[in-house]
Amino acid sequence: MSMNNWEVVIGIETHAQLSTQSKIFSGASTAFGAEPNTQACAVDLALPGVLPVLNRGAVDCAIKFGLAIGAEVAAKSVFARKNYFYPDLPKGYQISQFELPVVVGGKLTIQVGQGENLREKTVNLTRAHLEEDAGKSLHEDFHGKSGIDLNRAGTPLLEIVTEPDMRSSAEAVAYARALHALVRWIGICDGNMQEGSFRCDANVSVRRPGQPLGTRREIKNLNSFRFMQQAIDYEVQWQIAEIEDGRAIQQATVLFDPDTGETRMMRSKEDAHDYRYFPDPDLLPLIISPDWIERTRKTMPELPEAKKQRFVADYGLSAYDAAALTGSLEIADFYEATVSAAGKPSAKPCANWVMVDLAARLNKDDKEFGQSPVSAKQLGGLVARIADNTISNNIAKKVFEALWNGEGSSADEIIEKQGLKQITDTGAIEALIDEVLAANAAMVAEFKAGKEKAFNALVGQAMKATKGKANPQQVNELLKKKLA
Amino acid sequence: MIGKTLKELSAALANKQISSVELTQLHLDRIARLNPEINAFVTVDTEKSLAQADAADARIAAGMADPLTGIPIAQKDIFCAKGWRTTCGSRMLGNFVSPYDATVISKFDAAGAVNLGKTNMDEFAMGSSNETSYFGAVKNPWDIQRVPGGSSGGSAAAVAALMAPAATGTDTGGSIRQPAALCNLTGLKPTYGVVSRWGMIAFASSLDQAGPMARTAEDCALMLNAMAGFDDKDSTSLDRTTEDYSRELAANVGEKPLAGLKIGLPKEFFGEGCDAGVMTCVQDAIAEYKKLGAETVEVSLPNMQHGVAAYYVIAPAEASSNLSRFDGVRYGYRAPEYGNLDDMYQKSRAQGFGDEVKRRILIGTYVLSHGYYDAYYLQAQRIRRLIAQDFVDAFKQCDVIMGPTSPCTAFGLGEKSADPVQMYLSDIYTIAVNLAGLPGMSIPCGFSSGLPVGLQLIGDYFAETRLNIAHRYQQTTGWHLKQAQE
Repeated sequence: MSMNNWEVVIGIETHAQLSTQSKIFSGASTAFGAEPNTQACAVDLALPGVLPVLNRGAVDCAIKFGLAIGAEVAAKSVFARKNYFYPDLPKGYQISQFELPVVVGGKLTIQVGQGENLREKTVNLTRAHLEEDAGKSLHEDFHGKSGIDLNRAGTPLLEIVTEPDMRSSAEAVAYARALHALVRWIGICDGNMQEGSFRCDANVSVRRPGQPLGTRREIKNLNSFRFMQQAIDYEVQWQIAEIEDGRAIQQATVLFDPDTGETRMMRSKEDAHDYRYFPDPDLLPLIISPDWIERTRKTMPELPEAKKQRFVADYGLSAYDAAALTGSLEIADFYEATVSAAGKPSAKPCANWVMVDLAARLNKDDKEFGQSPVSAKQLGGLVARIADNTISNNIAKKVFEALWNGEGSSADEIIEKQGLKQITDTGAIEALIDEVLAANAAMVAEFKAGKEKAFNALVGQAMKATKGKANPQQVNELLKKKLA
Repeated sequence: MIGKTLKELSAALANKQISSVELTQLHLDRIARLNPEINAFVTVDTEKSLAQADAADARIAAGMADPLTGIPIAQKDIFCAKGWRTTCGSRMLGNFVSPYDATVISKFDAAGAVNLGKTNMDEFAMGSSNETSYFGAVKNPWDIQRVPGGSSGGSAAAVAALMAPAATGTDTGGSIRQPAALCNLTGLKPTYGVVSRWGMIAFASSLDQAGPMARTAEDCALMLNAMAGFDDKDSTSLDRTTEDYSRELAANVGEKPLAGLKIGLPKEFFGEGCDAGVMTCVQDAIAEYKKLGAETVEVSLPNMQHGVAAYYVIAPAEASSNLSRFDGVRYGYRAPEYGNLDDMYQKSRAQGFGDEVKRRILIGTYVLSHGYYDAYYLQAQRIRRLIAQDFVDAFKQCDVIMGPTSPCTAFGLGEKSADPVQMYLSDIYTIAVNLAGLPGMSIPCGFSSGLPVGLQLIGDYFAETRLNIAHRYQQTTGWHLKQAQE
């Protein structure tokens, strides 16, 4: 079996839990982690006689998403009932959107690969629609019975569906990451995958290039990017093996088992429900006026693509740096706050400090940008002291570590307290060099004999004598002059 | 005080001729005596009712009374009322005590009315005879061998047997108007969206509408004043300025009070299919209206003939989905013994629902199924729009439409229960009004072989006040004052 002459086709459906305070059709809280069934009101419990009322905050989220991906925000969309029986589906139907979704079309640009192989690709979206989540069935600790927790029932979801545009697990994961970054960027979803706030289904099929689409199997509920990659890779190999062994692929829904790394069938097409969708008579069609869209547009943050271009234009960053600094709104905001503290001429060194030094330090301690012990203002203050030659780059690393450890409230305070100010007085440096030359006659002799390396050793001695505080450039120049 | 109108009772309470506690007790005593035979009430809670009456007396004493303060009113058992068992006529909810109030209940509470008890009804409001109730058939007080109509049969029988001065009903395809006609009451189904559906157990959401059942048009107006109004808990509730539905009752007096009124008579209402005795009474009533100054004009509702068919697609479709929540998981009936989950669903629903409910769930599930949806559900929706348009066209020629409410008078218990289609045709004149969402009313207009006949009045959207012409009629006729003999 080989991947040669097989084309992989993937489409992704994502359920993004929307960051509203209350549920999509009731006033109950959406907060995660409460005691079972404490955040389920009469509507969520589907008591007799209750009625849904649409939370306009959820619609705001859908509009933001539509604007962010350049989609059409539908002037009229319709809520429909998806009918099926399940214990954690209290009404016996889920309120969703079927024929007329709130968001139509749109695209998302993704970055695939790394380094020289980095390339951009555009993924087309089919639609995004609003719906309510179900509750949870708990199958343990109930003396052989199942428990039902309806806290999650009625939580607003945006289901985001792509065209079958992706051609590898890497592209699928790149799309999922880009979407994950975007929904967090525009503040409609917290993106917490462990808590199920962002979960993906992957529709996977394979075909010979140029042939019509193959039969797809849908991998449900992928709640990490790593699992998505593993699940798709396994599924692709499995489908190719089946076809090469002469067996046709049957349409099915499968689950990925992270323990075995395999996908296994949940239900076949024959077991598929007839959901008997019809417009929900309890809800009027959702009418979104151009006015509502414009009001929402005004509350949107600058989008990643626009910000990236501005970083290149305003700060003189490379496209690569600009892309990295707009990987999330948190990083971009951190970066801009750093520049604002350091001064715009230091925009490039700020980029390095944020992307390299700070990022590495955060990574080491497994922290996010939002949890950085060094604030953007502190980091900007530090970069400013490098720019005005108060400290060298090397000393700056020390100051950074001191800031990280909370040894002072600003770079200036630490420099002052720890006497790290760079020595730039020519007279003082000259005197120092004279001392070094006197104490290291052997090295001087070596240098004069043509050993270039001895020069660096002498610089090192001079720096060591000042605990690194001497301006290295001045040391270099004066030493050269003395030895000439 | 038994058999008086709400208006009279309101005056008696205000004048301290009687207290609310006394008035409530009088009716509770009558219920205790007559209900075992009539079976109009499913739940009576003397303690709760008297506590409300006591509070109403305090309110009257404090000079804070509204027109309905202290008046006992029977509530159809489709309205959730906090602390009351709310069954919807079904075994499925035989043990369900509501933890919350329907908006209609809250509004009567706010008006100071006394909840006199929960009235019997066809199971989940599916029926035209009140024979599908899990709690047994209701008898018509005019002839206890006959049905009171349905689905608000318990409410109709309670008022007709003078066990309650007035009652609430709900009307999906005629469930207020038809029992009102069969029990000699005045019943009003308002424009869809006028009365909140919050807490009213859904049968067919796009058709269900609550309304009053009382002795007079004047009382219906008083009731509707308490019931109507925008409710942000019901997305289909209409946000309109508050109406005083009794404001036009005193208008149009004089020799020809209805001069200039154009009554539309749809030829489809006056063709075959209606009992001669019923038709005679209806024609007499129209003649009476002419005497009052009205003129008549023939109109046509060409698509009405498809109304029953469209209704029996749309209503079961919505019902099949609305009733899915009754699964035995969270509340309501659960089969005592079952194997796995599917078995629990099947047994609980098989045992918890009656035949008519199952029939409609099956029809509804079928018409929504893949491959049938377009042919049935979408087609029915098209007919629905055509019927609504027929009314729009008709109202260009007239102010109000009249005809019979029911093609027949009260039929015998068991007479039609074996033939669902015959039963469904009971609503042949009322169903189109629900499909169009219009206000409709039934008023007493005579007797055929000793049984009451109802005249149906249909108004344009929000023309409830225009139906004050029912009051004009009742000022010059006495049919509505006739009471069933014990």
